[in-house]
Parts: sequence; structure tokens; C-alpha cells
Amino acid sequence: MLTNVPDKRSIENNLTRVDKVFQNLVTLGAFFSMVVLAAIGGFLLYRGFEIFKDFGFSFITSSKWDIGDPEDTSTAILGIGAMLVGSIITAIIAVVISVPFAVATALLIEFYVPGWIKTILVSILDLVAALPSVVFGIWGYAVLLPLVEDWSVTIEHYLGWIPIFNVPSEIFGRSPLLAGLLLGLMIVPIITSVAREVYSQAPRDLIDAASALGGTRWGALRAVVLPFGRSGLVGGTMLGLGRALGETVAVYLTLNLVFEINFKILASAGGNVASLIATKFGEATAYELKALMAAGLVLFLVTLLVNFGATMIVNKSRKIV
Amino acid sequence: MSVVVETMPPVPTRPWRNSKTTGMRNLAAIVLAVICGGALNQVTGLSGFLGLFLGVAFLFPVFIAVTNAKRGANVVTDRIASAVIAVGFIAVTIPWLSIFITVFQKGSEAFHSSYLTEDMRITPSGDDLQYGGIAHAIIGTLLMVLVATVISVPFGIIAAVYIVEVKGRFAGLIRFLVQAMSGVPSIVAGLFVYSTVVILFGGFSAWAGAVALSILMLPTVARTSEEVLKLVSVDLRTSSAALGATQARTVFTVVIPTVASGLITAAVLGVARVVGETAPLILTSSYFVASSTNLNEPIASLPIYIFSNLGLGDQNATARAWGGALVLLGVVFFFFLLTRIFSSRIKRK
Repeated sequence: MLTNVPDKRSIENNLTRVDKVFQNLVTLGAFFSMVVLAAIGGFLLYRGFEIFKDFGFSFITSSKWDIGDPEDTSTAILGIGAMLVGSIITAIIAVVISVPFAVATALLIEFYVPGWIKTILVSILDLVAALPSVVFGIWGYAVLLPLVEDWSVTIEHYLGWIPIFNVPSEIFGRSPLLAGLLLGLMIVPIITSVAREVYSQAPRDLIDAASALGGTRWGALRAVVLPFGRSGLVGGTMLGLGRALGETVAVYLTLNLVFEINFKILASAGGNVASLIATKFGEATAYELKALMAAGLVLFLVTLLVNFGATMIVNKSRKIV
Repeated sequence: MSVVVETMPPVPTRPWRNSKTTGMRNLAAIVLAVICGGALNQVTGLSGFLGLFLGVAFLFPVFIAVTNAKRGANVVTDRIASAVIAVGFIAVTIPWLSIFITVFQKGSEAFHSSYLTEDMRITPSGDDLQYGGIAHAIIGTLLMVLVATVISVPFGIIAAVYIVEVKGRFAGLIRFLVQAMSGVPSIVAGLFVYSTVVILFGGFSAWAGAVALSILMLPTVARTSEEVLKLVSVDLRTSSAALGATQARTVFTVVIPTVASGLITAAVLGVARVVGETAPLILTSSYFVASSTNLNEPIASLPIYIFSNLGLGDQNATARAWGGALVLLGVVFFFFLLTRIFSSRIKRK
């Protein structure tokens, strides 16, 4: 007989003092990344504020970079318009070239090769992703440059009537096409690894169902895997875009820095914001240095925006699973 | 009364398997593509190795379609898709191979018996290649990377512990910020350190370079550590808690020792990621021709050694740059192998 049922005990999870201290310390340390991000934005704004005040919006739209009289800062005209356009053009070329190859590589690794080859290929991809940009740059300058010069002559000969393939004079070489191609090679491993991860999560039962219905392997890939991985691929592509927008040394070595907006991708003129900073930093006047800080802030905000978007898309596509 | 089975039951088949002739068909397509590609190579403008590859790359899917034509539209589409995927993959590996081969070929020219042990204290960059060496750059790079590791690894592991162990309210936010941080362009990190450390402490220094590298290293360490900590089974944590251990004690004496090799992997991956960073070092540690271990002074590093030699345009200096690229590639490769060794240890657990 149950007569005296005791009241339900409430379970409290009281942390000991040690754990409270531990958790607070860890929380504090975890916010280090936020502090760093805020400090980067804050300090660049602080150092570059004068430039935004002096030039306003024209710092972003104007494409002239003239210090004028070094003693008199009011004679300077500084704008990064051409560099922003150059950043975007080279990054777009990189993405357009790399995405098809990244998708092919990801599909091959995930669905076509046996396990042990897959392990090797993944290792190679990781290794290439870790290759320093200066190594890519020196190779791009020595090996890729002459090749692209040859190709440019052919492209201009046959497709010169299309405005972007037109050139004002027959000087090819360190062009946006070369820099974009090199950046494309650099971001293939990034896009591939994200695409591969998303494709590997494609529902196995749907793939098997497609095969059971008599579909071919490509049928299953096209009907199940590619649609499933689309948003993940977009996210991975944006991660690659972020990397391509902020790349410095490889672009510095393969693109002529010219301060005019250039949409002709075969012409030997262009530049990007990062290579502008690397080029001008060495002999910059104090005022110019502030402008470089401001340019760095613009680059920081643009890449942060791209990465925020990419991260959100990738995370969203992970949650579907 | 017995039923006589007139016909044998059908033999089980495996229609999803490749048929025996698939290999022959693929081989035939490859051979045809190479022959025709070779012919194009001789008679048209598609000259050289890349021309040959381009010809084969376009012809191979076509011939695959031809050799499989009898098997119906679905199979043909499937074969073409496979061929295109294979060709796309090979097209990507050609430049990667070219990078490795070129760096080996051109880099080995700069090597001589004491290349790794001498520095450029008394040797101008344009001097003959048997003088001077790269020791100063190796020392500088390792020193800065060591300091960067000491700074970034604790913070990276703390961020991972917060996300996986403490599971605090802001875990999602922290993970998001770490991912955003991994996208910070390296030159921006350099500019930031220049605007703080370099300006405040009055000049370029190894310290500044190390701080810049640690900013770039942190996200890699944090994300890898997070993945590694997730591998620890919940049983271990609850057992520890059931024995009366506090969370702090569980983390320090159970969780972290269990995945120590994984956390080392995280650190080494971070090192491999930043050891070749050039742009931030231009703005922070600058360059110095002699071996130095003074962290308050400018210091040499492998990427800047390559970069500055490349900028001179002199033949010998360019050869030195390639030599530096080879050494840098070797260093990256070394750290990469380390991560493989350590991560294979985790799997065994």
C-alpha cells in the first residue's frame, strides 16, 4: 500500500564555484575572436577616418591615385574605384573558371573512385589548399604568364569583337585573365572540399532508389545529388570568392597595377585592393598610409560581408540533413 | 503427384555492375581520342602538351559516346558525364603537378652544400649561387610561427571548449565569428597589426609578424579543435561527472588528454596554414639579411625571402627565390605530414 508518496524532488544543477569560474573564463576567452574582429574594424577606421572625411564617397568611386604635393595633403586625390572593380573582375573570373572543375573533382572523389584513392585525393586537395600564395604567384609569373600571353593572342584574334576580349593595344601579359586564372587554381580546393562535404550528405536512400528504378549513376547524381548540394555549392563558391577578393601576393605578381577602370580582361592593366596596399605600402607618405588603411577597411568589410553570407548558406544547407 | 518444372528459374544477374565490355569500350575511346588528338596536335594550332591534352579532353567524351552508342541514350549520357568529370579532374591536377615540378626543378638550382646553414649577411642577392644561404629565413619563419602558435593555440582551444564542452548561450555566435574570422584577408590582418603593434612600439619586429600570423592561425585551430573535441564520447564525460568531478576537472584530466594528438593536429594544421603567409609579414616583420633571434627587431622569413629576391629582377636573385620556394614547399609538406601522422593516431583510439 502506498500511503505516503513523497513530493517530487526538484533536481537542481548547481555549479560549484570552480565550475562557475571555469565557465566564465572560457566564455571570456571564446569572445577573443569577436574582440579581434572588432579591433580590426575599429583600428582601421580610426587610422583611415581622415580619408573618409576628406573624400567621402568618392574614395570608393574615383579611380585616381595621386598624392600631389607630399607636403600639402589637400592636393591629393585618392580613390580605389579601379582597384575595387579589379578585385571583383579577377574574383569573378576565378569563380567562373573554378566552379565547374571543383564540381567535377568533388563528384569524382565522392562517387567514382574507391575508398583508398579517395583518401589519397582528399590528402592532395588539403595539401594544395595549404600551398602558400607566394608559391602560386611565382609559378604563375614564370609558367602561366607565357601561356596566357599565347592564349590571349588567339582569343583576341577570334573573339576580339566581344568588348571584354578587346584590347586597346597589342600588349598582353599581366592581365586580369592571368590573375583570375591563378586565383581560380587557388580556390578550387576550397570549393571542392565544401562541395564534397555537402554531396557526401546527400540522402543515400534516394540515390539507391534512383539506381533501383534503373537509373544510371549520372541519373542519380543529376536527380538527387546535384539539386541537394546546390545551396552548399553556392556557399562554398562564396567562400572561394572571399579568398579570391582578398588575395595579395599572387595578384601582385601577375597583374599590372594601373589606376583606371579596366573591363578588358586581356589587357595588361588592373589591380586589386590587396595588391594596391602591398605595392604602395613601402614608400607611402603618412597621408597615403591613412588611405591604405581606409582601403584595407573597405576590403575587410567586403570580404566579411561575403563570408557572412557564405557561412550562413553553408550552415543552412548542413541543417537540412 | 509431382510438378515438373519445365523451365529453369532465371539466373540472378547484377545489372548495376559494369558489363565485361565496359573496360574495352573505355580503352577503345581513350586510344581513339589519343590518336586523333595526336593527329590534331601535328596538323593544327593545338601544339605542345597542353594542346594534346585539350584535343584529347574534347575528343574523349565524344568517342565514349560513339563506343557506347548501341546501349541507349541513358547509358550514353551517363558515359559522357563520367568522361567529362574525369577530364575535368585531370585538367585540375595538371597545373598542380606543374607547380610541384617547376618548384623542384628551378629550386634545386639554387641549392649548394651549405645553402641551408648560411645566411645572406655578407652576400648580395645578385652574387653567385654558391655563396650565401637561407638559414636566416628558416630561423625567422620558425621563430615567428612558434610565437604565433603559443598565442593562438590556447585561444583556439578555449573557443572550441566553449562550443563543445560549456555549450554556452553564445556557442552559435562564437562558431559564426570564428568562421567569419577565417575569411579575413591576410593583408588586412597585416594592416591591423601595423596600425597597432608596429606604430605603438615604434617599428617592424618579429613580435608584430607573430601577432599577425596568430590572427590568421586562430580560426583554423579553433575549427579543427572543435571537430576533434566532438570525437570524445559522451560516456567518458558522464563517467567523469558521476565520479564527482567538476566540469573543469573533466575537461583538463579526461577530455583534453583523450584527444591530445588531435589538438596537436589542430595546432600543426594552423602552422601549415600560416607558414607561407607573405602579405602580412611585408607590413609587420619586414626583412633582415642576417640570422637573428631578436624578437624586437625586423626578422627574415621564407616568404619575404622569396618575395624580395623576386622583386630584384636579377638572374641569381630569381634563382634564390625559387630555392626559397622549394624550401618553403618542403616546410609546408613537413608540417602536412605531421598532421597526417597525428590524425592517424586519433582514429586508432
